Amino acid sequence: MEALMETLMGNVDWAEIGWASWDTLVMVGMSLLFSVLIGLPIGVLLFLTGKRQLLEQPVAYAVLSFIVNVLRSVPFIILLIVMIPFTVMLIGTSLGVAGAIPPLVAGGAPFFARLVETSLREVDRGIIEATQAMGANVRQIIFGALLPEALPGIIAGITVTAITLVSYAAMSGVIGGGGLGDLAIRFGYQRFQTDVMVITVALLVIFVQVLQMAGDRLVLHFSRK
Amino acid sequence: MIVFDQVEKSYQVAGRAIPALHPTSMTIETGEVFGIVGHSGAGKSTLVRLINRLEPSTGGRILIDDEDITRYSAAELRAFRRKVGMIFQHFNLLASKTVADNIAFPMKLAGIYSKADIRSRVDELLARVSLSDHASKYPSQLSGGQKQRVGIARALACRPTILLCDEATSALDPQTTQSVLKLLADLNRELGLTIVLITHEMDVVRRVCDRVAVMDAGRVVEMGPVSEVFLHPQHPTTRDFVFESENVDHDELQEDLQKAEGRILRLTFKGESTYRPLLGSVARESGVDFSILSGRIDHIKDTPYGQLTLSLVGGDLEVAMKALEAAEVHVEVVR
Ligand SMILES: Nc1ncnc2c1ncn2[C@@H]1O[C@H](COP(=O)(O)OP(=O)(O)O)[C@@H](O)[C@H]1O
Ligand SMILES: [Mg+2]
Repeated sequence: MEALMETLMGNVDWAEIGWASWDTLVMVGMSLLFSVLIGLPIGVLLFLTGKRQLLEQPVAYAVLSFIVNVLRSVPFIILLIVMIPFTVMLIGTSLGVAGAIPPLVAGGAPFFARLVETSLREVDRGIIEATQAMGANVRQIIFGALLPEALPGIIAGITVTAITLVSYAAMSGVIGGGGLGDLAIRFGYQRFQTDVMVITVALLVIFVQVLQMAGDRLVLHFSRK
Repeated sequence: MIVFDQVEKSYQVAGRAIPALHPTSMTIETGEVFGIVGHSGAGKSTLVRLINRLEPSTGGRILIDDEDITRYSAAELRAFRRKVGMIFQHFNLLASKTVADNIAFPMKLAGIYSKADIRSRVDELLARVSLSDHASKYPSQLSGGQKQRVGIARALACRPTILLCDEATSALDPQTTQSVLKLLADLNRELGLTIVLITHEMDVVRRVCDRVAVMDAGRVVEMGPVSEVFLHPQHPTTRDFVFESENVDHDELQEDLQKAEGRILRLTFKGESTYRPLLGSVARESGVDFSILSGRIDHIKDTPYGQLTLSLVGGDLEVAMKALEAAEVHVEVVR
């Protein structure tokens, strides 16, 4: 048994895998944080300026919606490459963990913004009306009624975004982004170390599973149904 | 007092103005329960939503206590809305907030109440709507009737003078409807609250309203004290509503009348005369024989009334009619 393990995984550098896992965690965590910080207000604006909504603004909606759609329709692998000059300008390098974060946010924020818009649309119109009828202003309607009512949907959106970012982060290994994807490419692909490939994939699967379970738990907790 | 002065409302649909309320003038008195009845799409919700400007009117003036609310600025409007409570068919409670937090919500929005004020007011309202034991539950854990009582408590939180009810009992079963209507009637009496109540059921109007407006296709087609409109409906729409609420099959009734002999009279008793043993003495005095074709005795708000359809044969009909009219019975000759 031990001999078998030795031949199968003898050349696996576990410390390297540990570091790569940590890097992936940091990339996903940081890009998720910024995706939410940027995507949430954009999602709220998309909702409010939409048709028959509180701040209906066809032009603003069209512009915002166009930008979001463009970012979302560019395949992430292309976005990674297109973003390189901008990333260098922003943080001085396009490599490593830090270099991967701007393109991840560019992909994650518009994705999350759409999910926020959708979950706000699912809030019953009657609730907005009732809140208006109480004399609330727009800010109070957003923070007092809309966001709390949409919270389960928004948390589900954060979960989906996080999972998408895990796969994006792995993809960023192609341009030297660091983390498990980078490891898989350097060892698994370029040096034909199938065992490293298997381990990184397994770790990514576990990571996604944990995120999904945690997200589902939170959604359930805030659903009040 | 709520005064509608040639108020109209049209919606923009695909670039065209579609009228939902034709120019309407009417007055709702302070402290009354005013019903608005009409079929779906008649414009009831539109009318009531003009009162707190959830919908802006497109013509005319709406005066509330002599102030034209159509000229309010956004800030004035928000302050005004705190004095107008509203309850809804589907309750529109916030699922993310507990019962107590739902009731506290309008007070928090107002931003002028201390935490202690809000707490004591919420406790008081919970007790008033008999939900003290449910303060920390979420709306999804309540029955429909309980949800509507939370809605009522929430609407009353900032001590409004007007309460708007848009089909507030339409999603409730008959028994729950009864208890919610009773609560509304009690609140009207205790607080002098002006209540504007929309419904598509004449029965709801009969139970709690003082006056009623009947709407049809964006117009008020009949308006008056409930007993007047209910017992002597003029407009075909009103008649439909009254017959519907009495479970009378109009064709069947006509058939029955065909079979009856002699004169047919419809008698309407109101108030005390409802209980007087009148028919026997009238029959003795005038020598007419009567048979009852249909009849009901019920209440309009707190006033008892009876309505009987009789066929009369023999005797002196003139004397009988005189005697009935002398006893303040409204007599209508059907045939
Ligand atoms: N927001 C809206 N946009 C366009 N038409 C509307 C709108 N709200 C109501 N209407 C129309 O106005 C008419 C009256 O509607 P409503 O006041 O809701 O009637 P009711 O409450 O009596 O059922 C209906 O024909 C309806 O289709
Ligand atoms: Mg309606």
